[in-house]
Amino acid sequence: MNYNQKFDEYKLDFVKHRKKYFIVSLVLIVAGIISLLTMGLNLGVDFKSGTRVQVQIGKTFQENEVQQIVEKTGLKPGSVTTAGDKKDMAVIQFAEPIHKDEVAKLTKAMQDKYGKNISLQESTVNPIISRELARSAVYSILIASVFIVLYITIRFEFRFAFSSILALLHNVFLVLTVFSLFRIEVDLPFIAAILTIVGYSIHDNIIIFDRIRDNLKHAKLKSIQDIEDLVNYSIGQTLARSINTVLTVVICALALYIFGGESIRNFMLALIIGLIFGAYSSIFIASQIWVSWRERDFKKQKKAA
Amino acid sequence: MIKWSRIVTLLLITAVIFGTVAMTGKKVAMNTTLGLDLRGGFEILYEVAPLDPKQKATKQTLQDAVHALESRVNVLGVSEPEIQAEGENRIRVRLAGVTDQQKARDLIGKPAKLTFRDAQGNILMDGGDLAENGAQGAFDQYQRPIVSLKFKDPKKFADVTQKYIGKPMAIYLDQELITAPTIQSVIPNGMAQIDGQKSIEEAKNLAAILNAGALPVQMKEIFSTSVGAKLGQEALQSGVEAGLIGTAIVLVFMMVYYRMPGVIACITLVAYIYLLMLMQNLMHATLTLPGIAAFILGIGMAVDANIIMYERIKEELRSGKSYLSAMRAGSKRSLSTILDANVTSIIGALVLFWFGSSSIRGFAITLILSILVSLVTAVAGSRLLLNLAVRSNLFNKPGYYGVKERDIREL
Repeated sequence: MNYNQKFDEYKLDFVKHRKKYFIVSLVLIVAGIISLLTMGLNLGVDFKSGTRVQVQIGKTFQENEVQQIVEKTGLKPGSVTTAGDKKDMAVIQFAEPIHKDEVAKLTKAMQDKYGKNISLQESTVNPIISRELARSAVYSILIASVFIVLYITIRFEFRFAFSSILALLHNVFLVLTVFSLFRIEVDLPFIAAILTIVGYSIHDNIIIFDRIRDNLKHAKLKSIQDIEDLVNYSIGQTLARSINTVLTVVICALALYIFGGESIRNFMLALIIGLIFGAYSSIFIASQIWVSWRERDFKKQKKAA
Repeated sequence: MIKWSRIVTLLLITAVIFGTVAMTGKKVAMNTTLGLDLRGGFEILYEVAPLDPKQKATKQTLQDAVHALESRVNVLGVSEPEIQAEGENRIRVRLAGVTDQQKARDLIGKPAKLTFRDAQGNILMDGGDLAENGAQGAFDQYQRPIVSLKFKDPKKFADVTQKYIGKPMAIYLDQELITAPTIQSVIPNGMAQIDGQKSIEEAKNLAAILNAGALPVQMKEIFSTSVGAKLGQEALQSGVEAGLIGTAIVLVFMMVYYRMPGVIACITLVAYIYLLMLMQNLMHATLTLPGIAAFILGIGMAVDANIIMYERIKEELRSGKSYLSAMRAGSKRSLSTILDANVTSIIGALVLFWFGSSSIRGFAITLILSILVSLVTAVAGSRLLLNLAVRSNLFNKPGYYGVKERDIREL
């Protein structure tokens, strides 16, 4: 039996429309660049100087009432917002870091107004620390990328490694884009989310590339059509797995997003967006980059021969 | 022919897993060390600088400052305080479960003051009189552990010893009495020793406290985060609840979609969650809020390993192989895929651990652990149980594997 015949059997042609996927991603990336350049990211106090105080009041309240309490203690709040499922949490942001004595004063003022039972969460960051954090995050991604490229090049080939990393950076960038476009606050756990996305995108890519590699062993690539058939066949084979995996992880992530409480909501949102982009890009971007690259090399070989 | 012995073994293993989880699960869960975001507490990062701008902070100064903070935190009676030196000039203090956070912060933040006092409590000398790193843990000529002291101004010390000879001189760190050695003779050269230490460790400890108290350092809060106890508890509760809901949906999904193998996946998933908690405890890893997220993601990864394996088995079945050989080929071929995918994820997590700060580190450890545990349960455990199930011949119908009869090809 001719192996290549086997690879002709696929139901969905993923390769055919690859230019369209590239264009979609390119448009999103351009939108992201514009958004990041004009609006930037909505950085939480973790990334800029300032203090964030979160007060669990235990009942609904008026934002301007809280504002007045803060002002009475001699502090200038940047903003007071309501949070929490029961709308019983006040988040007060200060553009300047406030001193611990001022936190104590504020705690007392809040207790006088809303009772001893309130619970307070405070975080203050100095700009030096926040810059360090952001820098270390960028370094982490770059260093992780280098190691992952090395590993995949050893286990697979450079074309796979490079396509994976491109898809990975694409995913990370698109999550940043979504957060920038919708003005969602970026905090410290966001970095953990981004790095999880890095791990997961690669995970997802590898599964498909592994199958392509496996099928390559039995294939004789005589024409460009053979390459495309093989990739379509490989994606088709792993499609159920790709969908089911992203489904189960997204179910878990969604459960945490909905029921997991205020403090991890942004973190989970970043993860969910990243997971979906990760699944999308391993089928529609990473594999397609590989096909285009492989075909170009194939044409070159033909010419040389 | 149905082989009941395999079924019995399968049921027995399942019973052991569920039995262990039912009996010890709650205890294991309760033993988990919770981060301060889950039980309240605070974390402060201090920048340490010498009071005298001409002096330079050294590694030794930093270490001594850490010792001083430790002895102060001990006064508070906080369980498991974490005080670590970071980099060149930083100290991170993490206290979980502190009831009076304000008091703790005040106590930690102010400079330590070492004083030498007479019986009436009058201050004779202070930490500034002690030479820098002037206290050392050592042995005297009889090999007994002692603390040797060196003072900056031999004359001042000689005067004090002359005046108080034969009397105890109390050494205080802030308001806490550290030790009260008796002055035995007039000391002219500024070199003194405190004996009566039980061990060299004790002597070194005391020396560190003395050095730290003598340390003219300034500590500036550059990062702080505090979580009220009630907020922490709520975060824990909602995190755990959300995790249970998510897991339950995934378990149902697996059973409906993958049938018999799906049921096996559920058994191994329960084992996975239990083992991960156990490992987490054994390593004294702290569970933080992002850690719970890593935990749940780990469930996703473990399920993924099962999905990859079962999809492969389904393919082999469709290609017309027997149940046993389909299972063998499927689990063998899926292994390298699972390994490659997980190694890359571990690389990502390791980099995260290397460069991340505290809360991210907890997350990375949980993620790495979860991948390793999932390899044991979702790959090895799942294979073992599936093997038993297939060999029992009880499930010899494609429907048990979620495969349609008409999809199976002739070999």
